[in-house]
Amino acid sequence: MTIQFNDETFRDDYTFRNSDWAVKRFPFPFHEDSYMYSVNMEQHRGGPEGSVYEKRFDVDEHYVSEMKDRAIVLADDPLRCQSLPHMTLAGWDLLELIMVSKSEDYPDLFELHRDGNTWRWINKPLGIDDTFTFLDETTLPFGPMEYITRQSQGDFAVLDQRDDMLWMDAGMVTTQADWSLDFDIGMNFFEWHAPVPKAHEMGIFKRALKFLLNIQQGAPARRLNWTMTVNPLLDTSPENYHKWGIQKTGLTAENIGQKQFLRVELQTFYRLPRSNALAFPIRCYLIAFEDIVSVPKWGRRLHRVIRDLPEELATYKGFIDNRPKMLDYLSQYDDGLPTSPGVWPDLDTEPALSK
Amino acid sequence: MSKFQFPESIMSRPVYGTLEPRLGHAHLFVADAEGAEAILDLAKKDPGLMSSAHIIFIPRATGETYVEQLKALRPAQFYSGPSYEAALPRLRRVFSDASMGLQVYLSGTEGLMGQAQSEAMQAGIAPAAIQTEHRGSVARRMQCVHCKGITEDVMTDPFVCSHCGLNLFVRDHYSRRLAAYQGVCIDAEDPGNVPDPVELYS
Amino acid sequence: MSASPTKAKAGAEKISVVVSAKVPVNDLVTRFEFKRQDGGPFPTFSGGAHTVVEMNDAGRTRLNPYSLMSDPEDTETYAISVRRDDEGRGGSLFMHNFVNVGDQMNITYPVNLFNLDLRARKHLFLAGGIGITPFVAMSKQLDRIGGNWELHYGVRSAALGSYAEELSTKNPNKVHVYEDDKGEAIALEALLNGQPLGTHVYVCGPKGMIDWVRQTAKQAGWPDDNVHFEEFAAPQPGEPFEVRLCKSDRTITVGEHESLLEALEREGVDAPYLCRGGACGQCETDVIRHDGAFVHRDHWLEDEVKASGKKIMPCVSRFVGASLEIDR
Repeated sequence: MTIQFNDETFRDDYTFRNSDWAVKRFPFPFHEDSYMYSVNMEQHRGGPEGSVYEKRFDVDEHYVSEMKDRAIVLADDPLRCQSLPHMTLAGWDLLELIMVSKSEDYPDLFELHRDGNTWRWINKPLGIDDTFTFLDETTLPFGPMEYITRQSQGDFAVLDQRDDMLWMDAGMVTTQADWSLDFDIGMNFFEWHAPVPKAHEMGIFKRALKFLLNIQQGAPARRLNWTMTVNPLLDTSPENYHKWGIQKTGLTAENIGQKQFLRVELQTFYRLPRSNALAFPIRCYLIAFEDIVSVPKWGRRLHRVIRDLPEELATYKGFIDNRPKMLDYLSQYDDGLPTSPGVWPDLDTEPALSK
Repeated sequence: MSKFQFPESIMSRPVYGTLEPRLGHAHLFVADAEGAEAILDLAKKDPGLMSSAHIIFIPRATGETYVEQLKALRPAQFYSGPSYEAALPRLRRVFSDASMGLQVYLSGTEGLMGQAQSEAMQAGIAPAAIQTEHRGSVARRMQCVHCKGITEDVMTDPFVCSHCGLNLFVRDHYSRRLAAYQGVCIDAEDPGNVPDPVELYS
Repeated sequence: MSASPTKAKAGAEKISVVVSAKVPVNDLVTRFEFKRQDGGPFPTFSGGAHTVVEMNDAGRTRLNPYSLMSDPEDTETYAISVRRDDEGRGGSLFMHNFVNVGDQMNITYPVNLFNLDLRARKHLFLAGGIGITPFVAMSKQLDRIGGNWELHYGVRSAALGSYAEELSTKNPNKVHVYEDDKGEAIALEALLNGQPLGTHVYVCGPKGMIDWVRQTAKQAGWPDDNVHFEEFAAPQPGEPFEVRLCKSDRTITVGEHESLLEALEREGVDAPYLCRGGACGQCETDVIRHDGAFVHRDHWLEDEVKASGKKIMPCVSRFVGASLEIDR
């Protein structure tokens, strides 16, 4: 299908909206009526047609507007994109991965023409047509990682692998769930996850690290993570928390359906060929509560998950103060009926709300 | 003098040890204030090491207390300077022609050790070749995550950023590259509601 | 998460190839070159990567890892060099005696357990014998990205010095060859002394050489992080032993000349692996109970874990005793 790109904002007047198509394909993260940390990795080799899992790098109706928002963030704070000197080769690996994937998966939107090291890249939605020399930084307007991630939805962490450890040594981070690349760059896997409660004691990070170290070329993996955001604000950065934090206090019973968003990260992992680094794209999807509850199964389930979530997790995810308001709203959409297993909306088989 | 036991914390927070003599053809010491005691203790374990040692010492409030004792160890090179910033060009010069096998020993305050470690890592020294031992003040070097300014010698939580003036709470999340802990606005969701500062570790 | 979760398969992804060249390098070493059967490009790779070559030896499947030694940017041809081991388990003999140009084989995607530390100010390569192969690819990669490298290569004799002449001719100031039969040896202490900060040393060769380099570097005050080594343990033969597989609910016998991993595969039991040399950790298996002694040959498990008797690496390690039960 040809994608109709929305003209929308993720700040100020917040005109971001999901179409019916985007709601139905939303990567709902809860496969059962409760949630606890798990490594929950699976192979990233496509998925049902039209789902966000189908392509290697999902492009959707928000693409053009998200890229505009990224440019605004970078103009305001260039430290959101950084690459330590030894990561340039990994940046080229990432550029190749994204250009090859997008031109193969979306031939109507992206084209890549390669003649030896002379490459021509055409990005139709953004109106880009550049010719450059692969592995020669002087032929691009930005470093290779910055160049390609200014044209790709989601954040990107590029992890160096050394001494049986992963190191956060490069990244493009403008749609983050409240963590700072500028602060975390150079940290190892355990260090940048240090602030996450409980998971260390549960051994989650040790298991996850072992899995990630063994991700091989040709065999990418994926998982989901989630949190909550008030307003469709992509850039929930610590840097600007003193500006956006106040928005969390603006929820009322009347506006919560429109203003409270479930924020889901589709995290994928690719072994990069030349550098042996690990690309870690973190794609953010936002959905308003009122859109979630339009899917009866999701409305029932989200209520139960939020209600039963341990306090530490609700605190870490930053919505402990708003949880009562969320539950007041969501409980209207939970009639106590059982839910079908798995994440899919099951609109044809799940009963409508009966209250 | 007894050493301060930092409470157990998250995995990004540095853990300091006790300086031990190591094999190597050259030994670089960087210390401030009471950090001198860690050098004196190490020299007792292996006095021979001093003949290939270079000591860079910033006495801060300890004045002349340790200077003569350190000199008496007869290190190959000794420097005493008024501040870390003043010592930095010398430190960089030392790294510029150092070779593999150099052992680095850092002692004193977290701020001093962190900055010297960051400098050593930029020079290509693996963290495993750098030893640290905390002595003296427990003050922290804090980065304001909002304006990026560094506030030195923070003793309370919360504190006021010396650059942008925001009220920041003190996290244990630590960046080796910046040699600083992270400070985050404490009243973003309730402007003006700033708790009274409490002394760290009290 | 998705409707059709795909379970990870054992080993890396496979590529179907055809042998495009078989080149004798000297009396012991033969180079094999591969092209893809589908005519497509190979993935590029990072210097130090290996591929696992699948051999069909009269109905028995052999899976041996070999370092890739072609130019990592060459997507048309992959090359490996195989040293004939007359005493070994037969994989190298099979390659030498039975694999010929035009044969179709499967190899895996590149897997790197011996990668360059790209932060290094200088890369110091120490090779012994056939251990030269990863450095051939690494040096080509570094030449392309402007990396600073130096190779010190110990060979038995000039005649058995695989690629020594080619490397020396191309890089006269970077390559130093030491011929054993002339009494030449790497002056390691002197070599390590005075290397600039940020130098990383890489060693690939016989176990004795690796131990010597690691030990000497430690004595010279080098941190472990700056010393890299690749040591593939080949599975060793041993007394046959029985093992109970709890998940599969059956008992199998591991033969004298096969590894526990190979026995699992022979019996159709799904068992993960990557390197098959005790290095990557992928095949780590829980021991449920045992009465006897383990023969641990891997470089993966910590000594205390080995002593605990709770884990085994089926790719290289064996068991001697009355009974063994594992979680497979």
